[in-house]
Amino acid sequence: MMRQRSRFIAILLCVAARVAAAQSGGELRFCLHSEPKTFDPLKVEDDASVTVRYLTSGVLVRLNRQTQQLEPELARSWKVSKDGRQIVFVLRSGISFSDGTPFSADDVAYTVQQLMDPALHSPTGDAFRTGPGTAETKVISPTQIAITFPAPVASLDRLFDQVVILSVHSAKRESAVLGPFMVADYQPGSTLLLKRNPNYWKSDEHGRKLPYLDSVRLDIVPNRDLEMLRFKKGEIDLINSLDSEYFDKLGTSSPQAVHDAGASLDSEQMWFNEVARAPIPAYKKNWFHSAAFRRAVSQAINREDLSRLVFRGHAQPAVGPISTANKFWFNGKLKPEVYSPDAALKALQAAGFRMENGALKDHDGNAVIFSIITNSGNKYRERMAVLIQDDLQKIGIHVNVVTLDFPSLIERMTQSFDYEAILLGLTNVDLDPNEQMNVWLSSSENHQWNPQEKAPETAWEAEIDRLMRAQASSGDIRKRKESFDRVQEIVVEQAPFIYLVNKNALSAVSPAVHGASPVILSPQTFWNVERMSK
Amino acid sequence: MKVLRVTAWLALLLLVGGSMAANWLAPAGYARQYRGEPNAAPSHAHWLGTDEDGRDRFARVLYGTRISLLLAPAAALLSTLMAALVGGVSGYLGGAWARVAMAVTDLFLSLPWLFLLITVRALMPLNVSPLFSVMVTFLMLGLLGWTSAARVLCASAGSLRNSDFIRQARASGICGARLFWMHVMPNLKPVLYAQFWISVPVFILSEANLGILGLGVAEPMPSWGSLLRELEGLISVGEEPWKFVPLILLVLVVTSFEMLLSMEKGMAA
Repeated sequence: MMRQRSRFIAILLCVAARVAAAQSGGELRFCLHSEPKTFDPLKVEDDASVTVRYLTSGVLVRLNRQTQQLEPELARSWKVSKDGRQIVFVLRSGISFSDGTPFSADDVAYTVQQLMDPALHSPTGDAFRTGPGTAETKVISPTQIAITFPAPVASLDRLFDQVVILSVHSAKRESAVLGPFMVADYQPGSTLLLKRNPNYWKSDEHGRKLPYLDSVRLDIVPNRDLEMLRFKKGEIDLINSLDSEYFDKLGTSSPQAVHDAGASLDSEQMWFNEVARAPIPAYKKNWFHSAAFRRAVSQAINREDLSRLVFRGHAQPAVGPISTANKFWFNGKLKPEVYSPDAALKALQAAGFRMENGALKDHDGNAVIFSIITNSGNKYRERMAVLIQDDLQKIGIHVNVVTLDFPSLIERMTQSFDYEAILLGLTNVDLDPNEQMNVWLSSSENHQWNPQEKAPETAWEAEIDRLMRAQASSGDIRKRKESFDRVQEIVVEQAPFIYLVNKNALSAVSPAVHGASPVILSPQTFWNVERMSK
Repeated sequence: MKVLRVTAWLALLLLVGGSMAANWLAPAGYARQYRGEPNAAPSHAHWLGTDEDGRDRFARVLYGTRISLLLAPAAALLSTLMAALVGGVSGYLGGAWARVAMAVTDLFLSLPWLFLLITVRALMPLNVSPLFSVMVTFLMLGLLGWTSAARVLCASAGSLRNSDFIRQARASGICGARLFWMHVMPNLKPVLYAQFWISVPVFILSEANLGILGLGVAEPMPSWGSLLRELEGLISVGEEPWKFVPLILLVLVVTSFEMLLSMEKGMAA
């Protein structure tokens, strides 16, 4: 009996030792697709710099990429005023920067002043600039600070997920960090080495210091094929974003390495040119201005086939402007468009179109022919366009697929407006609809189907303008949700964008990495890097 | 050598014949999508399987061959004629004419043709049929591809200008255009043939390159370029060897052309 017990204890100790070994040390390796353009966390714009910022930064609050809820980080708690202008943070005490200088409310005040400095042109700071004037900071105590903005800022607390706290007292401010890692070595064009921050403040539930990893090595590899090969050879540990073709290929050889986290926030969509001064025939403008025409086209597109054939099942038919993956902001009343060429044809006939010898004609006898342009080199979009071409042929619409180099496409889309329909994608990195203000406001440059309207040209666009402004200036999350739900309904009714699919978030993580739990929000694979180990 | 020559001709004739009979060999056409059978392996119904959109690859290869094999020689003919006009005439006239013509040729040679083609493609009207689009692509290739041949022809015509038989013809009272057409042009023929045969595979490869960039023939029309795009995912090529068929055909055609060309050269020598 004694012998059995000692054997059991020995086994337990072995298991505990192995778990402990798995949770400490090691180097995580993965690729950046370009050189980081800056190490200044307030000026970050490009993906590579965002990755470095995420790995090294300390923020007051952090959006949990899995639950999509805000969680306290350097701030123990916070409170936003009812008018959405002021936020008060209560900070943790006893925290130091990587260089040993203590963290206090003065650092937060300094960071906010830097962030809001118009001379810095901080992309992160732009999100806070909702009105003229400057932000005021009031240090109430070393662990308490109030920040007041000149105008209400929607989702004020969430925006602090991107605000990296700088040190006001450090001799080398740019290298003093509060995040889990710090930059140790940088070989331009080759490698960026991040080492564990010895002063990182977090511990796990067992009291073990985080992060578990000793270092993170980021190899700068612009070529995705090469990244894939390196992953297969075991030279890197994860690929943050895979396309469906590579996902399936990798899944065949190492099924335990690939992760499909489901629909992402990114959407693929097409739209018709509704610009009044566009150099296209007037009768075509009439089609494109007709909501019935746009809805019929939408109805005639087989989104299930787009998902199944183009994305090998790793995409979901899109419902509207917000992906179903956005748990809070998606309007659950909306249902996916039902594919029905017959219903589409009936709707077109009701709108004055008629079918003649297999070709659809408008009431003036003009054959319905239009072109869809997309960017060359993107085979997924090209293939979607080919399937749409075939789908629309079934209701007598002849589509010419044109692939253009990206600058030419953008020139037609934003300058000459010499196009009929465009198929492109929209990358969403934020859950909050405020990020899409520049798309939905009729006066905006990115209001793609008819940009920079002096005044809303349709009643429904005026309604969207009103609702978007209302939600942006409200501090009441329920009212904001109501407003944006209505925006989604209008967009689906009017179909200025015909949403096609939401691509799935596909990634690959080596089985040698422990603690990875890929999600749909960026950074998909290493959002919990401090708890990952090898 | 004769066997190789016959083999090359046979391969080309077989391919041209097969592509001409595409309507009969693959009656369903190149655009029909069998959406229930994407990425299918070769079968009785689809001899080379289907592509990712479920289109019959055999039909697409046949129609693509037709396009590439008909339009590449047409573009080669155009570029050879332009080369003869610019290079041959200026070489024959010599002096300032030759210098100006060669300066213009150098200017064209220095143009980044790929960007030029991309620009022309971007400036084209959007609502054009795939056939028109492919014809414009090859027309552009023909209009831009004459420069190297023009330099060769200019040099050849220049050497002919000072040859004894031309001097004798001049002494006999033949001059100007008549001298050019009766005595210079026949002697430039071997060079023209050689330039034509060189251009054909070059244009086939150029269209293939444009197709790989997504700027060649418009969908749903196939070409070798668009078919070669299936080879982009190199990781799985070994698993699906039938995807190599367009590449094999391209190599076969280019090799056949090169073989015929080298034999033409040998015969001319």
